Amino acid sequence: MEKALGYGNDLNLKATELRLGLPGTDEVEEQAVSNVRNKRPMPEASMAEECGGNGKSDAEHETAPPAKTQIVGWPPIRSYRKNSFQAKKGEPEGPGIYVKVSMDGAPYLRKIDLKVYQGYPDLLKALENMFKLTIGVYSEREGYKGSEYAPTYEDKDGDWMLVGDVPWEMFTSSCKRLRIMKGSEARGLGCGV
Amino acid sequence: MRNDRAERMSEDDDHRSQPSDLDFTTNKARNCSPVASGSGSGVTEEFQPTYLDEVLDNVLENVLDFLTSRRDRNAASLVCKSWYRKEAHTRSELFIGNCYAVSPDRVTARFTKVRSLVLKGKPRFADFGLMPPGWGAHFNPWVMPLARAYRPLLEKVHLKRMSVTDDDLEMLAESFPGFKELVLVCCDGFGTSGLSVFVRKCRQLRVLDLVESEVSDDEVDWISCFPEGESCLESLIFDCVECPINFEALERLVSNSPSLKKLGLNRHVSIGQLYRLLLIRGPQLAHLGTGSFSLSELAPHGDQEQEPDYASVFSACKSLVFLSGFREIIPDYLPAIYPVCANLTSLNFSYANIDAEQLRPVIRNCHNVQVFWALDSICDEGLQAVAATCRELRELRVFPIDAREDGEGSVSEVGLQAISEGCPKLQSILFFCQEMTNAAVIAMSRNCPDLVVFRLCIMGRHRPDHVTGEPMDEGFGAIVMNCKKLTRLATSGLLTDKAFHYIGRYGKLVRTLSFAFAGNTDSGLKYVLEGCPQLQKLEIRDSPFGDAALHSGLHQYYNMRFLWMSSCRLTHEGCRQVAQALPRLVVEAIGSPNKENMEMDDPVDTLYMYRSLQGQRNDVPEFVTIL
Repeated sequence: MEKALGYGNDLNLKATELRLGLPGTDEVEEQAVSNVRNKRPMPEASMAEECGGNGKSDAEHETAPPAKTQIVGWPPIRSYRKNSFQAKKGEPEGPGIYVKVSMDGAPYLRKIDLKVYQGYPDLLKALENMFKLTIGVYSEREGYKGSEYAPTYEDKDGDWMLVGDVPWEMFTSSCKRLRIMKGSEARGLGCGV
Repeated sequence: MRNDRAERMSEDDDHRSQPSDLDFTTNKARNCSPVASGSGSGVTEEFQPTYLDEVLDNVLENVLDFLTSRRDRNAASLVCKSWYRKEAHTRSELFIGNCYAVSPDRVTARFTKVRSLVLKGKPRFADFGLMPPGWGAHFNPWVMPLARAYRPLLEKVHLKRMSVTDDDLEMLAESFPGFKELVLVCCDGFGTSGLSVFVRKCRQLRVLDLVESEVSDDEVDWISCFPEGESCLESLIFDCVECPINFEALERLVSNSPSLKKLGLNRHVSIGQLYRLLLIRGPQLAHLGTGSFSLSELAPHGDQEQEPDYASVFSACKSLVFLSGFREIIPDYLPAIYPVCANLTSLNFSYANIDAEQLRPVIRNCHNVQVFWALDSICDEGLQAVAATCRELRELRVFPIDAREDGEGSVSEVGLQAISEGCPKLQSILFFCQEMTNAAVIAMSRNCPDLVVFRLCIMGRHRPDHVTGEPMDEGFGAIVMNCKKLTRLATSGLLTDKAFHYIGRYGKLVRTLSFAFAGNTDSGLKYVLEGCPQLQKLEIRDSPFGDAALHSGLHQYYNMRFLWMSSCRLTHEGCRQVAQALPRLVVEAIGSPNKENMEMDDPVDTLYMYRSLQGQRNDVPEFVTIL
């Protein structure tokens, strides 16, 4: 039942992934992917594949860790509605891109999934909410104006970059971790790069 | 949100009526008995109509014209054969709750002057993937008979959960050049190419509403296919169409439609484009689906100098009472809608991932809101804000962002309690949550006596009251006991037979029931089948009810539109016995194993049975066995 993720992926991480879920529980994610594009045939076709493994057999597994076992058609939300959120979050092809976020002065780090955001405004808003601060307005020339915080990230090469300089897709694929700089260090980044 | 018409469709469901599809049999019986003379009834070939009879005939026809409710018309048609005929010739609005209950030929033979048709297909549980694709409910077998019988009168068709093809749409448009109104709710099977042909041919089109339907992207620019020049379009709703549209063509169309009152945009229309449309048509619009309410995918972000004043264009929308959309909302733009809040009666945020903080300034002004849909991202705090302002609330729906059993829950009994205290006029609620208490449900049953629809979905299966650890029996029991107008109930959480006992005992007006993962023994289902005389639609999944329980409802099944039982404890033999006992019932076993090897004890995965005048349908797919 397990589908090996295609050779399109660089590393075929799925094959070596250790999980607690029951076999075949991947299918929920696979369905969501096929549902995002709305060309024929109907997405119900992929849902139907699970009809064989219906609620009856799953009820017997009540005591098993339910973390990844999804029952067909439960909770009763129309697939149209469910898919709206998959689509909203961007194409969820494969696992999310989780990166640690540190903020100068904060006692512990946070972790966020970059896939969930649609672009820089979205991400910055989330960071502002998460850490209860204002980040200011980005401009190419001056970095982040109007606050003492600057969001930075460590890229693949180990360099610390200012968030916002490169196109979003490039950013999400190269970002290893985020750091919200504060104070003079932050202001330093803005000028004369 | 479904528009008025679709809401009306589900209201029609709830009309208590004699089954119109079974009138024919009862009428036949009635005809055999002698009738008093002078009533114009019992007409045979030899009977010479007197002057009095003719007068009565005319009077009857004129009076029947005033009867619009199908319940009244059904009753009138049962009086005698003459009334039956007259009513059949004057009924212009036809409602068929189950497309398989009656054949198209029979319908067109009886009703001769139909202007408007409502036709429903698949049962509701098909929405949740419990029905394999290709089961049926095709519109195609209806198109030709309708074209033959009702040309040129037919001008409105509303379909729900039917499969409609591009060819069907083309045929419809060609057969009825004066066609005015097409509403497709939860339909599939067609695409933008079918739409393009349809809109091109229906030059008198007033209403095209696509609601929660699957529309395939054939990469055809259907918006451009509307005829040039002035259009009589009054309603165009396409928020469920998941493909980009030609905005310039849309802008032109809106410009050419002075009667446009309702506009529902899809998520490919940005807020900037919405702005342009509102500049043209804002003041006339009563109903707006905003589209993405976000920036265009192509627009450079941070282009703040050129942002138009969205609030000002909304201020001009003085007629706006229904607002939905927000498909990819950027919450920063929410203040734009503040000017219209006070007039809104309907607000649908069910695609908007906003929190309580973002909701508060909006809802604070919505004193007149009667219908409110939202995501649970607003949390209990958001619900409290709703409760604080929306005293006129009649309908609330709270959907989960994270629709998993073990997901993050953001609303709970706290929010439910708040709503019950702040919104005493509540009539309908659909509430998804991860945890609930009996106390809150009982409170709602007391605070909201006008409840007609109560649908609570605790997403974890078999979850008890999370404070007391008790089953949810008492909560649901209180609802049926205290809400004397209740007609629709959907349950969840840990439920024993006791809950069913309550429902059977107090749910005397209940017409639609939905159960999942509930009950202990056959007694549960028996209580309900024996105790609820108004039952029309019963949907059950994954509950321990077997053949004995099924048989306890034999007296009831002809009064019902359908019974659905999936993943219960039914056997082929048990279902077959029902089929034998009730010949007018079509008993479908869906997803059955190989027919030839079918044995008595073989379990039935899904039972779907419904009364029908046409008997076994002729489009049965492989995976369905008619018993």
